[in-house]
Amino acid sequence: MALPPPDPQFVLRGTSAAVHTLHFSCGGPEPDIPLLFSGSENGFIHVWNLKTHRVDTALDGHGRKSVYYVETMGGKDRLLSQGRDQRICLWDLAEGRTSVTNSVFTEHVGFCRCSLLKVAQGRWLMAMAARSLEEVQILELPSKTSVCTLKPEVGAKLGMPMCLKLWQLSCDSQPVLLAGYEDGSVVLWNVSMGKALSQLICHQEPVMSLDFDSEKAKGISGSSEKVLSIWSLNEQQNLQVYKTHELVNAGISDITIRPDKKILATAGWDHRIRIFGWKKLKPLAVLDYHTATVHCVSFSDHGNPRERLLAAGSKDQRISVWSIYAQT
Amino acid sequence: VCFIPGGLDCSISFVSHVLGKVCVHGRQKEILEVLVPRLSDLTKSDCIWQRICWRLMECVPDRWMEAVVLGFVQRAPGADVLSRLLGNLVVKNKKAQFVVTQKMLLLQYGHTTAVLQNLLGHLSLDSLRRTLLLRVLQELLETWSSSSAVKHSPAEQQLYISKAILICLSHLKEPEIESCRQELLTSMMEGMKCHLDSSLPQIRRLGMVVAESISSKINTEGPVLKFEYEEDDETRELKSLVVQTPSFIVPSLPDHDRREKAGAAPPLVPESDEKSHAPAPVMPDEESDAELDSDDDLIPYDMSEDKELKIKAPVYIRDCIEVLTGSRSEDVDKWEATVKALESLVRKNPAATREVSVELAKILLHLEEKTCIEGFVELRQRAQVAVLTTDPIPVAKYLTSQFYSLNYSLRQRMDILDVLVLAAQELSCPRFHGKTKHSGAQKPCIQLIPGSDSSKGWRRIVDERIKSKTRRFDMGQSHVEQASHPNKFNSVAGYFFFPLIQQFDRPLTTFDLLGEDHLVLGRLVHTLAILMYLAVNTVAVTAMGKALLEFVWALRFHTDSYVRQGLLSCISSLLLSVPTERILADMTEELLETQSWLGDVIEKDPDGDCRRLALQNLLLMENLKKKLEAVPS
Repeated sequence: MALPPPDPQFVLRGTSAAVHTLHFSCGGPEPDIPLLFSGSENGFIHVWNLKTHRVDTALDGHGRKSVYYVETMGGKDRLLSQGRDQRICLWDLAEGRTSVTNSVFTEHVGFCRCSLLKVAQGRWLMAMAARSLEEVQILELPSKTSVCTLKPEVGAKLGMPMCLKLWQLSCDSQPVLLAGYEDGSVVLWNVSMGKALSQLICHQEPVMSLDFDSEKAKGISGSSEKVLSIWSLNEQQNLQVYKTHELVNAGISDITIRPDKKILATAGWDHRIRIFGWKKLKPLAVLDYHTATVHCVSFSDHGNPRERLLAAGSKDQRISVWSIYAQT
Repeated sequence: VCFIPGGLDCSISFVSHVLGKVCVHGRQKEILEVLVPRLSDLTKSDCIWQRICWRLMECVPDRWMEAVVLGFVQRAPGADVLSRLLGNLVVKNKKAQFVVTQKMLLLQYGHTTAVLQNLLGHLSLDSLRRTLLLRVLQELLETWSSSSAVKHSPAEQQLYISKAILICLSHLKEPEIESCRQELLTSMMEGMKCHLDSSLPQIRRLGMVVAESISSKINTEGPVLKFEYEEDDETRELKSLVVQTPSFIVPSLPDHDRREKAGAAPPLVPESDEKSHAPAPVMPDEESDAELDSDDDLIPYDMSEDKELKIKAPVYIRDCIEVLTGSRSEDVDKWEATVKALESLVRKNPAATREVSVELAKILLHLEEKTCIEGFVELRQRAQVAVLTTDPIPVAKYLTSQFYSLNYSLRQRMDILDVLVLAAQELSCPRFHGKTKHSGAQKPCIQLIPGSDSSKGWRRIVDERIKSKTRRFDMGQSHVEQASHPNKFNSVAGYFFFPLIQQFDRPLTTFDLLGEDHLVLGRLVHTLAILMYLAVNTVAVTAMGKALLEFVWALRFHTDSYVRQGLLSCISSLLLSVPTERILADMTEELLETQSWLGDVIEKDPDGDCRRLALQNLLLMENLKKKLEAVPS
């Protein structure tokens, strides 16, 4: 007899706008407060205190244009945010400061979230969609020097890049980029050489979001249609379709795999969050709390496994936080 | 008939005379059946025989030339054979030229496509004759593009001329097209206009196909004309004519054998593709067996609530009105759901609908497609019908007044007519628990495909006549006695009918029924016919009949065949619906006049459907008379 799905552990209200992005920062040692960063459509980034469930700080750095990506860079004191004002801002939040230390003007008018990868102490690579329609630029941060520009070949007709993921197999291997495009294909790029290694058509509609498990060399992508596509990377660096999974309702805005690679969560246009087992994509739970489309899901990085949380941000302006499968 | 060649100088004119006389007396078939194959064999490679044949033809006296040439053209198995047999007869002999270029193409239209191919192919095969080909094409195009010809000639003739034009086009070469490009273009534009103006869908399609073909010939680069129409056998056949298949060289077998072989040519058996389908993406099954399934410790939760997301439609009619008239663009999902749910809501809440019926009718009449819903037009129409049947009188008053108002599109006016007809049908033949129409044992139900096919009327009439003529023996076959309902159309028939008929001759600035909007007039007439038919056994039927008869009388000489077909259907409905006694009591003189008009139509109307309908009407009138005589007074 299956149990009914759990209710959210708590719900954060107070953004007064649709929530587009979430990022946890709970890994710090005690007495650090676990934090959740959220980016909203009204241009604010809220820093939520997960102990009091209240907003500690509100950051206004994107000219009231929607913020669609936030991520911390090595701890909660450095934050990166990307907004519809075509800027990526780097924040310094240490000791109560709330200032933008640096910004990159991307000239990108779409919604493609950038992707960060730490390559060395104090050095990051960032992949972002650039001004030109089909291109992806790789910059090094914080120096903001361009590493390369990844251009698909002429006539490839991939469309805009929709989602990006930079990763490397281990600290000294080549960084590679997985990019999902508007025509439904996922392309694997070699960053240092600046050329594409493999391309796979995963969907008939634009790829809305993807995530990748570098240990198992398997990835998953979601689109505006009803199908989730799981693909793998073989030794020759070629992408192959591994499996597909059909959903009840069409449209996925975000997919994320939990850091322990056991489960993954999808944010759906049908207002529901779905949890699957990562190994075989076994459907585990459907969390039906929100009353509008769910824009983002994020797993926390708690050191203690029992405290792990899942957060989901929705167009109904609420952030639901769940504790699910935390025991395993 | 066996000649001995060898330098003998024989006179063939005797044979020509015989041939001509036989043909003119109607024995073309017998003699040419033997003669043509023999001659075509003999002339295949032998020049002397060819010349003999030509001489034969040339010597036929003029008065018999037509019969002979006609026979040859019809019987030759191909254009090249015809060329061998006739030579340049059409160039040298005036009579032959007239027959081939004028009579067979413009004055007659009963020949098959093969004959046309022969004729025109023959003209194209020799440079001397090609000038004739061009002249023929010009004359054909003139006829095709003349608006009076399109309006008054029968559909079969128009089809014939279109085929001829297409075959001519297929034979034209580049330099010739260049030289007459301008004329082709002008004729195409004019012809297209006349054809598209017609109310008969077949004529419109003919015009479209021919115009497309002409356009593709004269514009080899750049965008060509492309119409949207439903493909059917006729259009496919027409299009295939434009592509000229090269005449193949047939092995020397006697003709009849050759024909047999061609007929029995086995259809190419497509090699069944035995190759297996591409292997489905390989699912690495090994993994699931080999590895320990550590997913097992993740117990799924209950997911039975996970169903397809449905947007809730409003439950109250007034809410529907709000949603449909609201302008908030975010609520498109709700708008869609409302449109889909409206009909059933209206039917379930008749009292609530009656309060707002006219407003709802107004909203629906003006409702435009906001998002792309499947079947939007049908959904809207069904909702309108539901509103009209729930509250007939005020809504009918509204709709009929709007039909004649300013600033509606033709499409909206025709929608009004369709809705009135569907609602009238529903009111007069009630459905049981919303199930399908009752069986054919009852009154034959009209298949209402509004506006598409006008000749359904005769089928009804035939059914009716058959029903009245067959005597039914009651064999105690149990068929379910269908519970009778009062005919709701009775009380409202007048509200549907009279307003539509009253104002047809008053033109408005944007709407002139008697002028260019003859398509709507045609639809109006058909609508009136159906309403008349449905009004059988109602109180108002006699008054309706009289008004309809006057209406028909006023319009009986209309030039549009679709309108005339509608008028004739009106007469049929009238004769079927109005009780016989009333017809004879109140409408005797008008009926006699109508009878003479119908006789006229049968003889002189160019449209085949009109003639058929008139004939049915006269037969119905005969029936009436007989019925009355049969009743013992």
